[in-house]
Amino acid sequence: MITILVDGIAYGMLLFVLAAGLAVTLGLMNFVNLAHGAFAMAGGYVTVVLVNRVGIPFFAGLPIAFLVSAAIGFVFERTLYVHVYSKNPLDQVLFTIGLVFMSVAAVDYVMGSSQVFVQIPNYLKGQFDVFGISIGRYRLLIIVLCGLLTVALQFILAKTRFGSRLRAAVDDSRVARGLGINVNWIFALTFAFGSGLAGLGGALGAEILGLDPTFPLKFMIYFLIVVTVGGTSSITGPFLASLLLGICDVAGKYYVPSLGAFVIYTIMIVVLIWRPQGLFSRVGSR
Amino acid sequence: MIPSPAAIRAATEWLSARARWHPLEMLFWLAAFAAIFVLPDQHLILTEIAWLGLFALSLDLILGYAGIISLGHAAFLGLGAYTAALLAKFHIVDEPVLALLCGGFVAMAVGFVTSFLVLRGSDLTRLMVTLGVALILAEIANRNGWLTGGADGLQGVDIKPVLGLFPFDLAGHTGYTYCLIVLFILFLLARRLVNSPFGLSLLSVKSNPLRALAIGISVDTRLVIIYTISAFYAGVAGALVAQTTAFASLDLFSFDRSADLLLVLIIGGAGYLYGGLIGAIIFKFMQDYLSALTPQYWPFWIGLVLVVLVLVGRERITSWTTPIRRLAARLDWRTTAHLTAPSTEEPGH
Repeated sequence: MITILVDGIAYGMLLFVLAAGLAVTLGLMNFVNLAHGAFAMAGGYVTVVLVNRVGIPFFAGLPIAFLVSAAIGFVFERTLYVHVYSKNPLDQVLFTIGLVFMSVAAVDYVMGSSQVFVQIPNYLKGQFDVFGISIGRYRLLIIVLCGLLTVALQFILAKTRFGSRLRAAVDDSRVARGLGINVNWIFALTFAFGSGLAGLGGALGAEILGLDPTFPLKFMIYFLIVVTVGGTSSITGPFLASLLLGICDVAGKYYVPSLGAFVIYTIMIVVLIWRPQGLFSRVGSR
Repeated sequence: MIPSPAAIRAATEWLSARARWHPLEMLFWLAAFAAIFVLPDQHLILTEIAWLGLFALSLDLILGYAGIISLGHAAFLGLGAYTAALLAKFHIVDEPVLALLCGGFVAMAVGFVTSFLVLRGSDLTRLMVTLGVALILAEIANRNGWLTGGADGLQGVDIKPVLGLFPFDLAGHTGYTYCLIVLFILFLLARRLVNSPFGLSLLSVKSNPLRALAIGISVDTRLVIIYTISAFYAGVAGALVAQTTAFASLDLFSFDRSADLLLVLIIGGAGYLYGGLIGAIIFKFMQDYLSALTPQYWPFWIGLVLVVLVLVGRERITSWTTPIRRLAARLDWRTTAHLTAPSTEEPGH
């Protein structure tokens, strides 16, 4: 029971790190980036190559995954995405689906279509026994790391100058521009940071979620659920939504395996009917 | 306020001028029917083009005429296909045309129910809901392997001759003729629909829902109706797939199908009914050529086409049709000078 809860929390935390960037970009530019998972996949594969083939330590691989994904995100944002912001939602959807397809086929070409795993260090394998409850070490690591990241994100958003600019841009980008905030630059940085987080999530999650070229397609729906259920006006909304999704998914698969993925899809549709603006959004804030 | 008789007459004339057949349209359908006799070797790919065209037509009805972006239109394709295939497999409805209608109606019923979900929220919510519905249906088909064959697909489907007269053959002769006739009939209905006052009101809903509501058009009812009709069309397309291939698989529900479909419609251009058909022709020949080169990496080229289309601008790409349209206007033998008088605003007042 507790084990499932911990698994669910670890899974949810991971989803949050993966989807946090998407929530911010969606809220900031009202841009539906279906290709967000591609950046996560990039981070995952970078780690796999570095750790398994080059042989650098797992913990050194994680920041590199972050940096590489962030760099890719930054380049793509400045060269391609920037042309698409002003287009209508249909164009944005077509564009990002196109990117997803290209990334899937390209990774398939370079890395092969089979599932890959990161070799995690031995001391992270196995389980703790705490009062008779067994908790996977790797899961605990994920919870701790992602928890720290969440706190850091919240701190950046709430306390720093960049954070307040970002919030101003999210709330009303026209007025923010009028106040002399360089919204384009903030957006590029946020996009890069969000892609980096996704890359880190991909690297951490390669062990749990599984990593193969169809990763962006498989998890697209999960990211979208997190974002639509959690709303885009704060970071706590997506966080709670991720936890809810993670726990429901793990518990659903464990207790009622015959229902499989129905649980989360049904929850998603019910939430969307009940609260179309998201479960935790401030109603009427816009 | 009751409009004056003159205004009503002008509007009626304008509507009927819109609905008149253009010579190029006739040429298009003549060519399609001539292919039955002229291109007997190509009937297999032409069959695929015919049902893909019908599928794209169904998306055009909601995207081009009502502005609903769907990422899960494959849901209805799969529903229609599985319905038709199951009816044939268990000999419940042996006659293909009846089974075809059943497939359409099942998809239509689900389309009607889910249309209320589509009414809610923004474009993002619509994307999610349509995608979610397709995923749920795929999962249902996957879980109930005893009925649907699960991941292996539904095998052992025996399709009886059409109307009891024309058996399906391996070269696709019957298949193409059958698909083309179904496509033509449904196309005529769609053409009638979009050129009716109802179709015009849909366009106003698409371009400005708030204003449409303000002039007394009930937006929600219209969206429900067109979404339901579109689901019927997609269901029929799915039934055609199942009947011409005697097979139905989970792949019919997949996200790739829905995404490919968007591409098909965008290549041809949305909002004039022929876009889906022309897009299907280009798409199939492109697929035939490219996947012969690299079968596994075919999605890459789809992706590239999508990205380039958006970056260059869809309007600029589809402007290749401008010279054709100019030619079409010159070819038009009818004098329409006195009919072009009312502006597009006129019927709305």
